[in-house]
Amino acid sequence: MPLLCVHDLHVYLGESHILQGISFDVAEGGVTALLGRNGVGKTTTLRALLGLVDRRGTIELAGDNIEHIATHKIVQRGVGYVPEDRDVFSALTVDENLRLAERDTEPRYDLVYDLFPELRERGKQAAGTLSGGQQQMLAIGRALLNDNQVLLVDEPTKGLAPLLVTEVALVLERVSELATVLLVEQNLGVVNRVARDAVVLDTGRVVHIGPAKELLADKPMVQRMLGVG
Amino acid sequence: MSTFLLLTITGLGLGAMYFLIASGLSLIYGLMGVLNFAHGVFITVTAYTLWFVESKIGDVPVLPRFLIAALAGLVVGTVFAALTELVLIRPLYGRHIEQVLVTVGLALAVTALVTAIWGSDARVVTAPAWVGQTTTIFGAHIPNDRWLEIATAVIVLFALEAFLRRTRYGLIVRAGVENRAMVTALGIDVRKAFTLVFAIGGLAAGIAAVLYTLYSTTVDPQQGTSLVIFAFIVVVIGGLGSIRGTAWAAVMVGLVQQYANYYASSGLGDLSVVLLLGIVLIARPRGLSGSFA
Amino acid sequence: MKRLLVPAAIVVALAFLPQLSLDIPYVFQDGVNTPGTLELLALCLLFGGLALSYDLLFGFTGLLSFGHALYFAVGVYVAAIAMTRWHWDFWVSAAFTALVGFLLAIVLGAVSLRVAGIAFAMVTLAFAQAGSILALKNPYKWTGGEEGFGVDYHQLPAWTVGILNTKHLYWIALAYAAFVFVVVRWAVNSSPGHVWQAIRENELRVQVLGLKPYTYKLMSYVLASVLATAGGIVYLLLLGGANIDVTTASFTLTLLLMVVIGGTGSRWGAMIGGILYTFANHRLGDLSSSHAVSSLPSVIRTPLQQPLFILGVLFILVVFFVPGGLTRIGQVGVRLDRILRRPAVQEERA
Repeated sequence: MPLLCVHDLHVYLGESHILQGISFDVAEGGVTALLGRNGVGKTTTLRALLGLVDRRGTIELAGDNIEHIATHKIVQRGVGYVPEDRDVFSALTVDENLRLAERDTEPRYDLVYDLFPELRERGKQAAGTLSGGQQQMLAIGRALLNDNQVLLVDEPTKGLAPLLVTEVALVLERVSELATVLLVEQNLGVVNRVARDAVVLDTGRVVHIGPAKELLADKPMVQRMLGVG
Repeated sequence: MSTFLLLTITGLGLGAMYFLIASGLSLIYGLMGVLNFAHGVFITVTAYTLWFVESKIGDVPVLPRFLIAALAGLVVGTVFAALTELVLIRPLYGRHIEQVLVTVGLALAVTALVTAIWGSDARVVTAPAWVGQTTTIFGAHIPNDRWLEIATAVIVLFALEAFLRRTRYGLIVRAGVENRAMVTALGIDVRKAFTLVFAIGGLAAGIAAVLYTLYSTTVDPQQGTSLVIFAFIVVVIGGLGSIRGTAWAAVMVGLVQQYANYYASSGLGDLSVVLLLGIVLIARPRGLSGSFA
Repeated sequence: MKRLLVPAAIVVALAFLPQLSLDIPYVFQDGVNTPGTLELLALCLLFGGLALSYDLLFGFTGLLSFGHALYFAVGVYVAAIAMTRWHWDFWVSAAFTALVGFLLAIVLGAVSLRVAGIAFAMVTLAFAQAGSILALKNPYKWTGGEEGFGVDYHQLPAWTVGILNTKHLYWIALAYAAFVFVVVRWAVNSSPGHVWQAIRENELRVQVLGLKPYTYKLMSYVLASVLATAGGIVYLLLLGGANIDVTTASFTLTLLLMVVIGGTGSRWGAMIGGILYTFANHRLGDLSSSHAVSSLPSVIRTPLQQPLFILGVLFILVVFFVPGGLTRIGQVGVRLDRILRRPAVQEERA
């Protein structure tokens, strides 16, 4: 049974119909990539799963319907979120950002500091003064602190230097051994490396579902659906 | 020199009360985006509870009687503030203009109700004698209530800072001022923090109400509203959502008001405060601390 | 032109009211054409027009001002001072007052519109408060301080003075309400009017289109303020004097109540709200001293003695359950449904 089942999900923002009834499943374990051009509704899909935007349709997490549940309660069921723009709290220190994210009785600081030793060193520094890459580490670390069933990760490599992109890809591989990951990613190299399944969106609809490597090997299809080759 | 000292201490005392009122307004706005017009009502509720309780317990020496009454006032004011959030603000979550409108309605209705029950005239409260006496420093005779006002505000400032820096809820409030949605996305029910800031705001405003009662030895239905208007100005000058900015602005407004009232002419102090607001807005439209939503 | 037919018919019908010796029990204490009733009706119409001028800001442009009272007070006080302290003729005083209101609105609007949203509300509140303090402090003994002062009757047109001329005052108030209605209708249908409503919906989009919201907001602010100043002059004629109440923040808040109770962003809504509110405010006062109420237990009777308590509660109920105001009462329940089904978090990040 899939861990996450999305069926006929609609989202309206103002007058625009952003998600027009999308359906897809996320199998347990591994990385499922959510792909598509800019503005097709990938970020909105993640926000809708979390209840951060008004949505219609059914969403099942481990067999339970969560579409009528408030955001914080969805998260408490074991959903971690790494938002597109990191959204670390810039006025809080690194330590405080992590402390705020603590949910489990035994937060996994060992794991987080093992993956990102810098977060320990910079604990007293205000998060707003970190570099983009460091903020991304903090955003991922924050989600890893608790034992989640599924992680929603939104463009973790956006705006990062090539070296850091590789590092993030490594982290994602490691993370996918601990929890199921639904990943929005534009960098197809990263997708190719970490993703097992791929779901492709176009203007608010699902246009392709299948194994990620198969999709990426089919250059004309990639060109057609993602506009890149 | 002694006059200047008296004016300065009095201005600081006034600023202390503005800070107590404005800090809650500023926190509520920073976290929730709600301009709380009902803040004056928290003052009224505390002050009238104080007066009511004091007038009902006789046969007790003035000091304990006042303390009991003040405590009762603070408890009732704080509970009232928390209930305001739970009953009136929460159902309108995310609709800021409507939340403001509801606080306006509450402010008018409660003021009218208090007037209907106890009349529009001021009621006299008996303050402990020490408060009405003066202490002489460098030749200036300073009424004792001023010290009390300043000391209380400083304690509250430190307590608020400690709350915001050292407690989990303080962390939630600071994070929520930046980005409420992300706080909920960490699995935190940010609405509990909303009720909490309302309760804290109500308590701080209630403390200001107790101090103002000591200063004026009366309570009346309009007093809350008139204090809150200056607190609004303090909040705008200080920059919404910033406790330190609020503290600086409160001191500035209190001093300007006192100096102008004495050295220029009576009544000019209030006007110069408005002028100060105009200057700050032209120079720095985001307020002194620049942390404007 | 066709669409002006209904309002025009209503104005004509209302204009004939003083000629009718009609008695409407419970609604009015005395006959419709008695000076007492006509004065109440005149006040209702005046506040209907004033509420509409406020709605031009709040409902049509989305500017939440807490300082509209200032311009109404300018109308009352400047005209009264010009006539009484300087012995100017009424028409000269009125023209001068309008000019003062206009210039003041430009200056203060230019400053306060530098900030938006709630900060704008607080700044307008502060400026209005300055006006109130000024009137209270009684500079040069011009404003009469807390008591206010009566206007010098010799400067008023003779046909507006005296109880027998109340129907003339009623017609003036009616003319004011009709005037505001026509001006607001013309303004919101003009091309700046469309920009105002676009600003209310989404200011950023207006900016993206290359228009400067600031200029348009200032236009709306100045027009609404001048209309309020004109209302102040009418008020002075009706009441024959200036009083400190019209300068207070509470006065602006009552305008907000009128507009929201009636219905924001609709000409009829604001006007009917103003009329109903003023009527209720006066008649509830009479009602509380009536026999029916005085026999009630004090728990119920006491709150009834303060119309503002009832109106404040009504206002909260309207905000909760009738979001469009009483003139859109057909939509009751829609809102209740929305509140009950509301998911906990649904706002977009600002």
